[in-house]
Amino acid sequence: MITVKNLTKRYARNTAVDHISFEVQKGQIVGFLGPNGAGKTTTMRMLTCFLPPTSGSAIVAGFDVLEQPLEVKRRVGYLPETPPLYPEMTATEYLSFVGKIKGLSGAILRQRIDYVVGRCNIADVKDKLLGKLSKGYRQRVGLAQAIIHNPDVLVLDEPTAGLDPKQINETRDLIKSLAGDHTIILSTHILPEVEQTCEQVIIINKGKLVTIDSVVNLQNRARGAESVLVEVGGRNGDLDSAAVLRRLSQVPGVSRVVVKEKRQNRSVLEVESGKGTPIRGDLARAVVEAGWDLNELRSAAASLEEIFLDLTREETPAPGPVEEVAGKGATK
Amino acid sequence: MRNIWIICRKELRGYFVSPVAYLLLAMFAFIFGFFFWNALAYFVLAGMESQLSGQPMPMNVNEEIIRPIFSNIGVLGLFIIPVITMRLFAEEKRTGTIELLATSPITDVEVIVGKWLAAVMLYGSMLLLSAINLMFLFHYGDPDWKPIAIGYIGLLLQAGALLAVGTFISTLTRNQIIAGAATFGVCLLLWVLDWVSGYESAPWAKVLAYMSVITHFDSFAKGVVDSKDLIFYVSLTFLGLFFTARSMESLRWRS
Repeated sequence: MITVKNLTKRYARNTAVDHISFEVQKGQIVGFLGPNGAGKTTTMRMLTCFLPPTSGSAIVAGFDVLEQPLEVKRRVGYLPETPPLYPEMTATEYLSFVGKIKGLSGAILRQRIDYVVGRCNIADVKDKLLGKLSKGYRQRVGLAQAIIHNPDVLVLDEPTAGLDPKQINETRDLIKSLAGDHTIILSTHILPEVEQTCEQVIIINKGKLVTIDSVVNLQNRARGAESVLVEVGGRNGDLDSAAVLRRLSQVPGVSRVVVKEKRQNRSVLEVESGKGTPIRGDLARAVVEAGWDLNELRSAAASLEEIFLDLTREETPAPGPVEEVAGKGATK
Repeated sequence: MRNIWIICRKELRGYFVSPVAYLLLAMFAFIFGFFFWNALAYFVLAGMESQLSGQPMPMNVNEEIIRPIFSNIGVLGLFIIPVITMRLFAEEKRTGTIELLATSPITDVEVIVGKWLAAVMLYGSMLLLSAINLMFLFHYGDPDWKPIAIGYIGLLLQAGALLAVGTFISTLTRNQIIAGAATFGVCLLLWVLDWVSGYESAPWAKVLAYMSVITHFDSFAKGVVDSKDLIFYVSLTFLGLFFTARSMESLRWRS
């Protein structure tokens, strides 16, 4: 659905996006992850034909952004970082205007307005002036605007920025529910968002592509080995965590055991194994046979946060001027 | 065509849901009324003096009342045009809605022409309002309607050209005040350029005088359509809109 090859955006003094290439399949939700100023917004603006790339190509929904921008625009819905609302319009008037400039009219337009109002849950405010809406509703109207013409591709620039936790959850659920009909690219610098919403992650830093992978693979990749959290409980009263540690270390395949938490009669241990060695069954048996209770056994997947910090960490501290140029980034 | 109309209607809505349009209409109607009243009073006075002198001269309503009013209205436009155009693009740039327009399947030209057309229509509605005053002339006197119509067409052409210049200036900034002030400055300059013809007859002075928007209005005020003046206004309009389009494009390459 989206094919990007060597996409580059250069400004007079700095390079905001530097030879980025990736592909997105139909129906996927892809997270575009990077620190502030990494070039996320610039890349999205190029995909939506707002900015022309300096070099390289991007094919969105089957059309090249430079050759046939109008065809691309017809098939892309875009929610910029701040929802592009006209404060003097009501939500319905606004959606009708956007629908019209996206090429809808008549009965189809009315039907689409009703649909997006229901889908984005803005029926309560549809006759209110946009200038008077709360941040959460503004964001939802922004989303409604992006999907009004039923685009193949949805580009969402930090869709949850500035919302409260409840609104963030609602927005995430909404985006997830849209994934079936649309291919979605969303940018964020909030990591749990990617873990919860996306299937695929593209990490960029300082305009360069750092990695592109599925969320699951990335989480696995964080540790070369599998790692399991085990909570062990004592039968009667005290539990000797040192004994537990000793016992678990003897399980075949285990490479390392660390006591994470120690209480009166239960302890949590993190057990690591070599890659590809199944140890959970042996672990459970060892605990039970030693006369302890096995309260919990779950995999301790590394959070994306660690991976992210790992991947975007600078190898060598850059000298001042370079840092400044990169820091200005592209997002403004 | 359809897209131009959609943009135009949106802009007109923008003018009329805010107090801007009403304020401008009221101001224009009031000041035009004052001009009209003054011109009429002078006319009546001159008529009485002419009667008392014993040798009455024929007096022309078109020449004595309407022509000076039209010239004055041109000056009034100078103040009103920056107010009309200052928000057109500056506001879209400030609120970020320009991104919506630029990523929708409409061309820059459609956006620009739609906005300019809305500005022209707002100015046109002011002129329409002013025509009410002239109705009295038809009731009590016998003016020729053709020069009046041509005068109005001239005013609209002149405003169209200056509105195009204002539209262009509005794309240069995200601050409405700056856009308005700069447009006022440029309009004023285009107004007074012909002063140089008063003391200088070198070619450069002729060029400057030719660029003045006011000299080209004289023929319209007289009720004459001079193709030279028509071409001037139309080409200035195109130039302004062309620069607007270039400015929009450069916005994309730079921003």
